[in-house]
Amino acid sequence: MKSNLRKLLLASLLTTCSVSAFAQMTINGAGATFPYPIYSKWFDEYAKVDPSVRFNYQSIGSGGGQKQILAETVDFGASDGPMSDENLAKAPRKLLHIPTVAGADVVAYNVPEISSLKLDGETLANIFLGNIKKWNDPAIAKLNEGVKLPDTDIVVVHRSDGSGTTYIFTDYLSKVSADWKSKVGVNTSVNWPCGLGAKGNEGVSGQVKQTPGAIGYVELIYAMQNKMPFADLKNATGKYVQASTESVTAALASAQVPDDFRFSMTNAPGEAAYPISGTTWLLVYEQQKDATKGKKLVEFLKWAESEGEKFAKDLNYAPLPQELQKRVLKRIDEIKY
Amino acid sequence: MITATASIPESAQERMVAPSRFGDVIFRWLTLVMAFSVLVLVILVGWQLWRNSSLAIHKFGFHFLNTSKWDPVAEEFGALPFIYGTLISSLIALVIAVPLSIATAVFLTELAPMWIRQPLVSLIEMLAAIPSVILGLWGVFVMVPFLRLAVFPWLKKTLGFLPLFTGPIYGVSMLAGGIIVAIMILPIITSVSREILRSVPDLQREAAYGLGATRWEVTRIAVLSYAKNGLFGAVVLGLGRALGETMAVTMVIGNTPQIVASLFAPGYTLASVIANEFTEATTDVYLSALFEVGLVLFGVTIAVNLIAQLLVKTFVNTSAGAVQ
Repeated sequence: MKSNLRKLLLASLLTTCSVSAFAQMTINGAGATFPYPIYSKWFDEYAKVDPSVRFNYQSIGSGGGQKQILAETVDFGASDGPMSDENLAKAPRKLLHIPTVAGADVVAYNVPEISSLKLDGETLANIFLGNIKKWNDPAIAKLNEGVKLPDTDIVVVHRSDGSGTTYIFTDYLSKVSADWKSKVGVNTSVNWPCGLGAKGNEGVSGQVKQTPGAIGYVELIYAMQNKMPFADLKNATGKYVQASTESVTAALASAQVPDDFRFSMTNAPGEAAYPISGTTWLLVYEQQKDATKGKKLVEFLKWAESEGEKFAKDLNYAPLPQELQKRVLKRIDEIKY
Repeated sequence: MITATASIPESAQERMVAPSRFGDVIFRWLTLVMAFSVLVLVILVGWQLWRNSSLAIHKFGFHFLNTSKWDPVAEEFGALPFIYGTLISSLIALVIAVPLSIATAVFLTELAPMWIRQPLVSLIEMLAAIPSVILGLWGVFVMVPFLRLAVFPWLKKTLGFLPLFTGPIYGVSMLAGGIIVAIMILPIITSVSREILRSVPDLQREAAYGLGATRWEVTRIAVLSYAKNGLFGAVVLGLGRALGETMAVTMVIGNTPQIVASLFAPGYTLASVIANEFTEATTDVYLSALFEVGLVLFGVTIAVNLIAQLLVKTFVNTSAGAVQ
């Protein structure tokens, strides 16, 4: 018995030793949930490119991602909204925003009587402010000539949980409506003037699907997968645009992108640009603490911004336009380790 | 017994008792440490919540408890609608669940034929094992549409004269939140009540029957009245669970911080707002306010439990078994 036990102990000791001998390096990240599907795809694919490095990404939300990178408990953070100046000031060293992919919010609706819907920013803001209460309101009718709108109440559905989706949506409404900007503002969750709060994309889409007369915003990917009808939106040039990965990339291409990459691309000026779209960022320190880890991280970022972008469309994310990719790659080169 | 110990010679008694005393001491200390660790845990939780919410406490003071504005953009936070929502949804849950569970427990111990008891008990215990999020999904896709299309319109038609049942019907509502919590606390109240009713000595029942009481009278006088204290304890246990219930409630309550009389209107609870907003809260004040919501929930739970115990002391005769 005893010798058996000893053998067992020895064996287990040996295996632990051998495991640590061939240990891979693990790079830890945490943050946004919205890009989680594409990030995990990237980590999977990158394992084939460089088997010596493994990624551990926790999709705990943008708030958590920002907090953890500030506390340096992870090697990179991820966020759906750019960090505020106040939070950036807390960083021990210079923190870089690396945009990765973009997505869009669509305005889904449940009005069985109509097959297509056009909206502009002003009207959308008034619906979510509670000023427009009926589907056959003159403001909606004016945008949808020839469509017979029913006399049903509008039921507004919004996200109850804090999310980057809400950030993009409120950012857009603030740009197109002075009323919205002064009364509600921009954030991952806001003080909604009206409507029902539902948890997550699945909650909002479930509520919209079930409630006749409902209107709500969900991620483009989600609406596509669930085949929900969504409205065409009037963009900054006055054209009605349907949300798609192409129209989001078009928005990215026409958006003004500053040097620190903290930008908002809602209501972008391009002709083909879909107005309610936004990008998501990885947060990394310019000066890496751990030289070997830093090197591996930079290699990965370079791969993600070039090869990785090719996987975006299949997962319904909009890839960065070529020009922006180049700018981002240049910035990644500046990371020191 | 006394004479038995006395008859053993003193030396033998010492020999017999000495080793067991050592074990007793260890056991006593062990249980003491365990009991204290619970207390320490509660204090630590409270202290942590207090520390993390100090920023919000400092900034908003007492207004946090009596204002209704929850605006993460302007960073103005008031938790009153959440406190209201937590209390009302728990109250609705109790109103529905308590009569149902106690009646079920009475049926299971007093009236049900033997062959049906065990299957029913297993079913009820299975209900307790359903994860909250599953109940929430069932709530969103089955219960809420049913309430919106069938139950709520009927309530509005028959009881619409009460302010509780007015206004537009969305399905998701304070009432839906209360009902889902009722379903969740039903098994615990039923199980505990059943154990308590089972512990009522048969002598009680036999004595009542002997006096010529009917079955209902036996149940009322000999069983329920004997078990009053324990049953109240079961309800308090259920209430504790109702106050903190998070996921399923969040999915059906509508998440709108407001105080309105109508139960058809959406509401919000303390636990829900933490679950909803904690992950994406980036600013210090915002996070701190969410911690304070946690602290308030902690306080509300303790306060409600204390009040419940006071109620037991004042209204329920403390000597078990006394028949009134």
